[in-house]
Amino acid sequence: MTVAPDDPGLADEAHDWKSAYIHVPFCRRRCPYCDFAIVDESATSVDHRRYIDAVLAEIEMEDGIGPLDAINFGGGTPSRLATAMIGDVVDSLAQRFGRAKDAEISIEVNPEDWSNEYGAELVAHGVTRVSIGAQSFDGEILGVLGRLHGPPEIERCVESARDVGVRSVGIDLIFGHADESDHSWTRSIDRAFALEPDHVSTYALTVERGTALAASIEAGAQAPDPDTQADRYQAFLDTAAPRGLARYEVSNHAKSGHACRYNLATWAHAEYLGFGLAAHDHRWGTRARNHRRLDRYLEAVEAGTRPRIATETLSASEQERDRLMLGLRLAAGTPITSVAATFLASDGGARMAEHGLVWERDGRIGVTNLFLADAVAREALAVA
Amino acid sequence: MTHATGPDLVIFGQEVDDPPFPAFAAGEPSGRHRMDQARIRNFSIIAHIDHGKSTLADRLLERTGAISERDMRAQLLDEMDLERERGITIKANAVRIDYRSADGAVYELNLIDTPGHVDFSYEVSRSLEACEGALLLVDASQGIEAQTLANAYMAIESGLEVIPVINKIDLPAADPERVALEITSVIGGDPDEVLRVSAKSGAGIDELLEAIVHRLPAPSGDPGGTLRALVFDSYYDTYRGVVALIRVVDGSVSTGTRIRLMATGADLVVDEVGVRRPAIEPTGNLSAGSAGYLMTGVKEIDLIRVGDTVTTTDHPSDTALAGYAEPKPMVFSGLFPTDGDDFERLREALDKLRLNDSSLVYQAETSRALGFGFRAGFLGLLHMEIVRERLEREYDLDLVATAPSVQYVANTADGGRKVIQSPQDLPDAGSLLSVEEPYVKVMIITPSEYIGTVMELVQGKRGEMGEMTYLSPERVELHYRMPLAEIVFDFFDQLKSRTRGYASLDYEPDDYRASDLVRVDILLNSQPVDAFSTIVHKDKAYVYGRAMVTKLRELIPRQLFDVPIQAAIGSRIISRETVKARRKDVTAKCYGGDITRKRKLLERQKEGKKRMKMVGSVEVPQDAFVAALRISEE
Repeated sequence: MTVAPDDPGLADEAHDWKSAYIHVPFCRRRCPYCDFAIVDESATSVDHRRYIDAVLAEIEMEDGIGPLDAINFGGGTPSRLATAMIGDVVDSLAQRFGRAKDAEISIEVNPEDWSNEYGAELVAHGVTRVSIGAQSFDGEILGVLGRLHGPPEIERCVESARDVGVRSVGIDLIFGHADESDHSWTRSIDRAFALEPDHVSTYALTVERGTALAASIEAGAQAPDPDTQADRYQAFLDTAAPRGLARYEVSNHAKSGHACRYNLATWAHAEYLGFGLAAHDHRWGTRARNHRRLDRYLEAVEAGTRPRIATETLSASEQERDRLMLGLRLAAGTPITSVAATFLASDGGARMAEHGLVWERDGRIGVTNLFLADAVAREALAVA
Repeated sequence: MTHATGPDLVIFGQEVDDPPFPAFAAGEPSGRHRMDQARIRNFSIIAHIDHGKSTLADRLLERTGAISERDMRAQLLDEMDLERERGITIKANAVRIDYRSADGAVYELNLIDTPGHVDFSYEVSRSLEACEGALLLVDASQGIEAQTLANAYMAIESGLEVIPVINKIDLPAADPERVALEITSVIGGDPDEVLRVSAKSGAGIDELLEAIVHRLPAPSGDPGGTLRALVFDSYYDTYRGVVALIRVVDGSVSTGTRIRLMATGADLVVDEVGVRRPAIEPTGNLSAGSAGYLMTGVKEIDLIRVGDTVTTTDHPSDTALAGYAEPKPMVFSGLFPTDGDDFERLREALDKLRLNDSSLVYQAETSRALGFGFRAGFLGLLHMEIVRERLEREYDLDLVATAPSVQYVANTADGGRKVIQSPQDLPDAGSLLSVEEPYVKVMIITPSEYIGTVMELVQGKRGEMGEMTYLSPERVELHYRMPLAEIVFDFFDQLKSRTRGYASLDYEPDDYRASDLVRVDILLNSQPVDAFSTIVHKDKAYVYGRAMVTKLRELIPRQLFDVPIQAAIGSRIISRETVKARRKDVTAKCYGGDITRKRKLLERQKEGKKRMKMVGSVEVPQDAFVAALRISEE
């Protein structure tokens, strides 16, 4: 499997993949920029077993889909879980929905949780891919971001993951904090590439409402500057390309054969199951979301009901709109459906094509500079 | 200005025992609608904004039992939301109050409410025509203001009896003695006869009511004569058609009377006449001296013009009452729908607004930048602002208004004279001999400590100093002639801020004069945007162009490509800035596959951009088109 991550054929194939997402909300503490549904274990203690039992029960309530091409444990911090629990979930999913040949089983891990044993057990339970929450190789920036590890832990984690036989090793980075310098960022890039990762995700720091970061900015701290972030991103791209990592989505880059299947499927508008707290689920025509409050989630599942808080039904053309909106984030773009054609024929679409912001070839449409993907998607949603 | 009833005809204190008419028909509720003229008083209140006119009107209604305390709400007479919010009166109104005086007789008081802003001085003049007297209401701490003084002069010139009233005497900063001296030094009279009230607490209101009865003259028309009634305002009611507010001067008018409008020649039949208390109350009849309303069911506002005289079809009068000249628009602005599809809706909305606002004029205009819209003429800046706000609120329109401009006259090389309402119509410099612009006579009243500041400001605005009169040692009345265009920009705001809000302003049209004027064009993305073109004095063109380009760079959000902004006179670029292209517009990730949230966020953001207008391929915020108004001189 050595297909380039940005191959259009792969993106189209991904549209038909079936995935499962399992949300693991546990964190040692909340990072200042995070607005995700998490359980801050420095403040609350929750029985992991009880939570995983709920996830297993939820899995039993679902059917009619499969086999699974990708299973992804996201968080929170999935590496807070004992490997046996990960194994239970993987087994349960495989049993209920089946597992496609070459299925990807991916997990987000924090360097401070990692050990050789932990990694070996994950591999034994079928894990094929890890996403390591490195975020930065600058100790000061790691502190500002509220992370609990240092650069040496990242390096150890990457090397160990490879040693224990994880097929695909990815590094996640966050850039563009106001305290970060150009130098700090280029050093992070260099140290990340020195570890020869198969996959790198680079996330521009976003200020979400209600976070400690937002509060500090309101109190006068400097906000991330979008132009600086654009520069940092370009610096990353310039380094990644010669190392054989191709950008296949706004924030994701991989060597051939190492695109994250779950990730690609999400942006290719595939179906996915969502289990756990605040998890999202997408089946053709329906999007659903679970309770965001842990007590309500557990109560619902333990009472034998689906822990849904909201569902949204989408018509065929609304689904096409979603596919266009999501596909515009992919380097491979997305097929020109009737909705996409309407956009291209509109004043706004034509203007964007004219200014070279949108490309059109081989029956596909895409965004030339993916850093402007939202600007294009906004226009597309307005007219299509 | 002429007046319907000259002061020599006023019969003050006329005996009332022998009414010329028998009491009106039986079957009417109380006959209160029928009052001997000697017991009628028609008056208006002249006041500056915030000097308490609406509160005083409320208090008079309450004190005379016209409205119970339970039904009391602030600013009863100001019916429009905008009037209440801004604390101003835009439309005239007439309300009937029955008052039992200390002498035991019941008097009919008609309070004819008037707007207080300089833009609406035309409406004030109309209201004054319907009155024999006026209350000059002045804030006990602030003293008399320019607009109030101008309106008071207008009342005196019209032969009205003016009763000065000092309001807010209960406030700690009140200085009624000083203000009384100031008032009498301007309009004459004895400071001891200046009334002192608190509309808020009710102090002095009884004395005021007695003064209205005993100091203001009664109407003096001929109750037995041929009907002559003055239409002093009108409004449009969706169900009843045009409602005319009238003041009957001679004769009487009843339900079923066949009437003729003397100026338009329209013959109509009266559906209903009555008074407002302030709720509408049909009375079946209005006779000489009274004010009230008249409906005919007619829907065409142009048939019943404000200023016209109502007489009867069967026995028409030979002589119309003195009307008024149509108000002339002073300020012009383009109004364009943000969404081009709303053009027809805008037309309908303007047509409807005009039913209640005959001073609003407009004609269709096409802008290369903004598409189809209207060039509208207004009495002034406040009027412009109010019209725009009403269009947006009451008719749910999203509008782009261009910077206000005045009406110029271009003299061309071929001997032609061309009226220029829109800067883009100014001919090229090559074919232009000269440009004339309107001047106004300006009156400013300011505390004397700010004389220097005011002079400096006015001179910077090309003003020419005229007379200067001390109203008191502390307050000065200054007169200037200056180009209206200079006032239309930020003059009023500047005057207020430089005098810490103490100076007040009034102006009236003067003559047209040739000035050294040029048109400054603004180019976006190298394309001239006609809606941004402005005519300015040559000496100020460079500074203006620079300021405009800088302001636009701040106002125009970053786009997906670089947007050069240039200011030019003809083909000469005088200033340039660039709005750099946006480089990042994407969220890094999307939480746990929450596509719904992402979609909604993008849709909401796009919705927020709807207040932008596409000019060529550039998104321009609507308020950028009036950016010139906010260029302050530093």
